[in-house]
Formats: sequence, structure tokens, C-alpha cells
Amino acid sequence: MNTTDTVPVWQHRTTGKRLLIWFGWLLLVALCVYSWQLMTRDTIWAFVADAPRQAADLGSRMFPPRWSYIEKLWMPLWDTLNIATLGTLLGVVIAIPVAFLAASNTTPSKVFVRPVALFIIVASRSINSLIWALLLVSIIGPGLLAGIVAIGLRSIGFVAKLLYEAIEETDRLQIEAVTATGASGAQILNYGIVPQVLPAFYGISVFRWDINIRESTILGLVGAGGIGVQLQASLNTLAWPQVTMIFVVILGTVVISEWVSARVRHAII
Amino acid sequence: MAEVNEGAAAPSARSDYSRYPGTFKPPAILIQRAWLRRTLWIAALVWLVLALSTIEVNWVRVAEGMERGWRFIKGFLTPDFTSRWKDISAGLVESLTMTMTSTVAGVLLSVPIGIGAARNVAPSVVYYLCRSIIAVSRSLQEIIIAILFVTMFGFGPFAGFLTLTFATIGFMAKLLAEDIEDIDESQTEAVRATGASWLQLINYAVQPQVMPRLIGLSLYRLDINFRESAVIGIVGAGGIGATLNTAIDRYEFDSAGAILLIIIFIVMLAEYSSGFVRKWVQ
Repeated sequence: MNTTDTVPVWQHRTTGKRLLIWFGWLLLVALCVYSWQLMTRDTIWAFVADAPRQAADLGSRMFPPRWSYIEKLWMPLWDTLNIATLGTLLGVVIAIPVAFLAASNTTPSKVFVRPVALFIIVASRSINSLIWALLLVSIIGPGLLAGIVAIGLRSIGFVAKLLYEAIEETDRLQIEAVTATGASGAQILNYGIVPQVLPAFYGISVFRWDINIRESTILGLVGAGGIGVQLQASLNTLAWPQVTMIFVVILGTVVISEWVSARVRHAII
Repeated sequence: MAEVNEGAAAPSARSDYSRYPGTFKPPAILIQRAWLRRTLWIAALVWLVLALSTIEVNWVRVAEGMERGWRFIKGFLTPDFTSRWKDISAGLVESLTMTMTSTVAGVLLSVPIGIGAARNVAPSVVYYLCRSIIAVSRSLQEIIIAILFVTMFGFGPFAGFLTLTFATIGFMAKLLAEDIEDIDESQTEAVRATGASWLQLINYAVQPQVMPRLIGLSLYRLDINFRESAVIGIVGAGGIGATLNTAIDRYEFDSAGAILLIIIFIVMLAEYSSGFVRKWVQ
């Protein structure tokens, strides 16, 4: 009996540490409650309470989808696929040099060039392709070109980031072996580094292409071409059966592109 | 050595070397069959020509736009934070609060769904139900969900909150389920051998193994939700996206540049701090 009183029970953490963790959780809850209050300050709760009725109403308007509308969707769908693929090509072409400039083992200057390349990557990654499209539509006008450039600009950061990480992870021994034969800088790149990162590069590109198909379906909302233009037009005229049809087409495209991308990546890796 | 001498001695053997290529040619990686590779290349070229021919570019408009593009670059370099600061800060507060609440709500909801979608701890009925919830949430884009929620709940950050919560569920639950399926089974077995109930099994065998990754993923999702909150404002779901949309529509590129710089800055901050927290947790 005595021993159970004196011997302390095993505990994972010290009291101070537990207090600290408890305090951290408290802080998180407080922040969350405060955010909630700030966010819902202007919310009209009558609209929220009305939502189930609105949802039922919307549902009755959306179904059944207007199947015959698909005849008008083939051309926009072709445009969408082109935006995604050409945009991926554009992004990849720009991303390759950026990645080599950003990787610490291939960059010409760690002090001057690398930070610039890293900033390009962060800037491109932080801004969604829809925002790029919004900008480009106001700069070069609505149409496919704005969509392609938007997708390309967004892809640079994604591809370059993953590629420069792959370049930094290359095996030093192979590069050393190629250097030892007296190869020039370009030859080291071509025979020492490129074969090591090529499978990763194909995988990244196909992965990005898959994401780009997803994103290019909605670029039309801001006027950058593709099936989103039809979506915007149908939304504006409250033609909900058409909207449902467009959603079905988008969903089908996304599922197929995901399947293709998974198959290709599986074949490479 | 002996073989080389032999080859040098007999001149007739020298011609055999011509069978081998003189220079190094890297092997094909993707497709080994040459005819298939060539056909695919030709098909890709044909597609490229077709695709490029269907792009209609109004070069006059593009040339006119170049001046605006230049103004945007100038606006990006000399951002104007002050003249629209009231709108920017209101949008920013909406975005940040939306991000915070939707991430917390999404993570809380995704935990039971994630556990239900892990094959090794859930019965098959629950498994298929949870997997289908994840599939629905993941296949619909944020923008499309936002359009529907804005129609149902009215304009403003509440619709954005619901959108981001919905998107978070699919993302977090899928990764959490995969993580639970990958846990060390010997620990589960040890806890089960003590006669633990299902809840105790989750609490003592699964939770300690997945917690560090769950925290890491939540922080990553926080980052994604902030970036998405900048977009869904375009369709009326509140946040800084609405402010940005207005700024661009009015060709106020210096204000737009300021908003974009703020977004980039916050994303960078989130990335650095989440890396720091993840190191601390693990």
C-alpha cells in the first residue's frame, strides 16, 4: 500500500509541458471563436436559415440536366483541353531553366540568382490561375490566349519547385564521375543530372497537366476561354439544367484526366 | 588482354567492331518500340498544329494591352497600399477569419471521416460510405462548390467558410485515411492484446502514430485555404478575392499589385512558420 502512495505514476510529460500544451490549445480555441465572431459579423442569418428551402429549390431547377446541350459543349471542351495542355507546355518550358537556377547545386550564383529564382517560384505558386486569368483578361483581352498564359504562369512555380528539389537530390557520385572524364558544364548537365531527374520531370509534368485540366474548366468564368465561358453564360441566364450538364461534362473530364495521369505516372515510376 | 591482342593480330576480326555504335546514345525511357514512339510524336505534332490554329488571337487588342501590362508591372513594383486600405483590410480580415474557422471545422469533421475511410480500423459499410464522401468532396472544385453555396446561403464569407470546410474534408480525410492504413500494425496488436475496446484502440494505438502528420497536414491545409480564399471571392463568397476582382476591373493596378504582394507575403509566412512548427512537433 505504501509504495503506491510514494511512487509517482508514470506520465508522458512534465507538469509544465502539459500546462504549456493545454494553454496552446486554449489559445487556438480562443482564436477560432474570435475569428468566427469577426467573420459572421455581417452574415444575414435569415438567409442561412432559408438555405434548406433554397437548396431544394435549386435541386428541382437543376434536375434533370439538359442532355441535348452537350452538342454545344464539344468545341469548348476541345478549347479547355488545349488551354490545359498548351499552358502546361508553356509552364514547363519556362520552369526548366528556373529550376536549374534555383537548385543549390546547379545555380550559377547562390547570392544573386537563387533568391530571384525562388521568388519567381513563390510568386507563381501563391497566386491561383484564376487570378492570373483575371489579370491577363484585363491586359490582353478575353480568349484562349489569356487562359493559356494564366495556366502557364501558375505552372511555372509548381513544376520548378518540385524539379529543383529533384535536382538537389541527385546522386553526387554520378555527377563526379562525369566531371572526371573532363566533361564541360553543359555535358555534366546533359549526362550527369538530366538522366537522374528525367523520370521525376515526366511525373511532375503529367501531374501538373492533370491539375491544369481541372483548373482550365473554370477559367472561363472570368473570360479566359474554355467550357467555363458556357458555365458563366448559363449561370447568368439562370439556365440551371444547362449548368448541371456542364458540371457533368467537367466531372467526366476530370475523372478521365486523373485516370490517364495515374496510369502514366505508374508506368514511369 | 589476351583477347585484345588476338583481335589486333587478326585483321579480319576488326570489321566486327563496326557492329557497335561509335558514340554513346542514351536509351529510350518511356516507350521502347521505335515505331510507336515515332507515331506518338507525329500525333503530338498534328495536335499541336491543330490546337495552335484554333487559338484566335486579336493582335490589335494584345498590342493595346501591352501598355496596360506595363502599367501592371509598374503597379506591382510600386504598390499602393494606402488609398484602398479600408477595402483591402476588410477583405483581408474576411479571408483570414474564413481560413482559420474553415480549417478548424474541416479538420474536426475530417477526423471521423478519415478514420471511417481507413480499411484497417473501419467495417466495410462505413468504409465505402466515407470513401464516397471523400470522392465527392475531392472531385468538385472549390469554385463550383462556392457557386452553389453562394446561391443557397447568400453572398459573403459564410458561403466561403462552408466551401472551404467542404473542400478541407475531402483533402484531410483522404490523407488521414492513407496515413492510418500505413501505421505500424504491431502497436495496434499490442494494444488489442490488452483487451482494449475500439475507442481505446484508436486513442492509444492509432492517434499517437498519426498525430504529428495530422498537425503537419492541418498547417498545410491552412496555407491552401488561404490561397483558395483569395479566389472564391470572385464568385461572391467573400474574402480578399472580391477586393482584388474590383481592383482589377477598375484597372487600379497599383492597388491590385498591393493585394497580390500581401497574398504572396502571407503565403510565404505560412510556409516558413508551418515548416518551423512541423519540425517542433516531430
